[in-house]
Amino acid sequence: MNIVVCVKRVPDTEARIKPAAGGTGIDPAGLKFVMSPYDEFALEAALRTRDASGSGEVIAVTLGDAAAAEQLRSALAMGADRALLLKGETTPDGLATARALAAELGPIDASLLLFGIKAMDDDQQQVGPMVAVLLDRPCVTAVSELTIEGERAICHREVEGGVEVVEVDLPAVLTITKGPYEPRYPSLKGIMAAKKKPLEEKVAQAMSPRLTVERLELPPERPAGRIVGRGPDAVPELVRLLREEAKVL
Amino acid sequence: MADVLAVVEQEDGTLRGVSAEVVTAAADVAAALGGEVHALLLGGSGVAAAAGALGRYGAARIKVFEHDGLARYVPESYASAVAAAVRQESYATVLFPATAQGRDLAPRVAALLDVPLATDATALETAGGVLAAVRPVYAGKAFARVRSQATPFLVSIRPHVFQPKERAAAGLVETITAEVAPARSRVREFRAATGSALDVGEASIVVSGGRGMKDPAQWSVLEELREAIGEGAALGASRAVVDAGWRPHGEQVGQTGKTVAPKLYFAIGISGAIQHLAGMRTSGTIVAVNKDPDAPIFKVADYGIVGDLFEVVPRLAQEIRARRRS
Repeated sequence: MNIVVCVKRVPDTEARIKPAAGGTGIDPAGLKFVMSPYDEFALEAALRTRDASGSGEVIAVTLGDAAAAEQLRSALAMGADRALLLKGETTPDGLATARALAAELGPIDASLLLFGIKAMDDDQQQVGPMVAVLLDRPCVTAVSELTIEGERAICHREVEGGVEVVEVDLPAVLTITKGPYEPRYPSLKGIMAAKKKPLEEKVAQAMSPRLTVERLELPPERPAGRIVGRGPDAVPELVRLLREEAKVL
Repeated sequence: MADVLAVVEQEDGTLRGVSAEVVTAAADVAAALGGEVHALLLGGSGVAAAAGALGRYGAARIKVFEHDGLARYVPESYASAVAAAVRQESYATVLFPATAQGRDLAPRVAALLDVPLATDATALETAGGVLAAVRPVYAGKAFARVRSQATPFLVSIRPHVFQPKERAAAGLVETITAEVAPARSRVREFRAATGSALDVGEASIVVSGGRGMKDPAQWSVLEELREAIGEGAALGASRAVVDAGWRPHGEQVGQTGKTVAPKLYFAIGISGAIQHLAGMRTSGTIVAVNKDPDAPIFKVADYGIVGDLFEVVPRLAQEIRARRRS
């Protein structure tokens, strides 16, 4: 079974970020970049699904600049068979991103097209289902676990109040959330092998984004709070404050 | 025209609380930029009965799309119905709630209409006569003010941030219809979550536990507090305890979990790692209980108690129960 996984290069989630001069993006100086965590879950799901099917390949795809090749090498080291770097603009306009991806991914013969549920930079949570609409394929979002039964994928979806078990015909687009797919660490052998695996570079189609960032700001600091007291004796005063001052109880 | 459409949400024929928030946000935008507010309610036959209440929050017209294929949420059917409703008028803005359903629905509608979408907005600004959405990025570590060069501008808004305001409008209920696309996936079964029924992302009060809880068996302490608060409260968890397998991922707040903004957030035995703070710092009021007075959580908490949570939290539950009775 052939599976395409779309991954994105994002700042390390533990990193403190600061706006760049001009105020519409972040200052990348000194930042460590990683594969977006949900994309790692998607990649792990793809690798396990390929291995369970006994055939086919996992193709890791990213849209970004030359530096994003680093995340594709990581994907290859984890076990992807080949990779495609689509050189293009990273933009908060998810639809522009989806169009550029759909144009490349449409012709690839793959039963599954996997995305992380969201990228940990823009947090837009939209490119996966948009690609599905553009390619006219069914899409299941927020999938925590998947199994293949013949020509169908059985997906566990995280919804409000529980888990929905959804079946969908292949080929399908899935967005993956945190579940049992703890990403593997690349082995030394995997890292060595990754250097020999194919990593193709192409220029993405013209993107013309229509959603633009005017300003990027750090959140205002919350005003300093107060320690109401120590131990259980402080509880009545806390409850009084929550009721009478904050008016939230 | 600068008309605004608010796509609302119902469950089993009852409007969900977030619906009033979306109509309120739409009415604020319309008041600033001119234009009417319309609400769009989708559902199975009979859902129109729930529609009238939306007029109270400023909806001049309430469009009801009743169809057997819309009785429960079906992604392709809902997306086709919303896209058709949007095409029937010329809206400047279309707002969705950023609920689990809205997060699935809005991108599909955006792709069908070929317009960009800004998700999970925490503020809508109208300075200069143009709508801009302010939305958290980098898991809440920063906020981006975004604008769309296309019309309509699709925006989903974060639940609990836009407080419902009553503002009477005509609230004329009309029915609409269009082709409804068939489902392309099938729900086999639904497994209700154990623990709190309410999703942490939708609760108005969240009781979150971290590593300070020491043992998953101790969660009964938090469960007791949640029950004392009653309706509208849900349990949350830090990444550390989810990674340890103590709590389900659905409860996780922060990095690789949910970003929440309840009116009241209890951080119990949570030290306050940067990724957790990013996930809850837009909460209305934050209460922290921690034995370490230097824990970073106290820097963002409005009220803190330094002490043993196993003494403080049961007392807190008891006190809240007593006040509720009185």
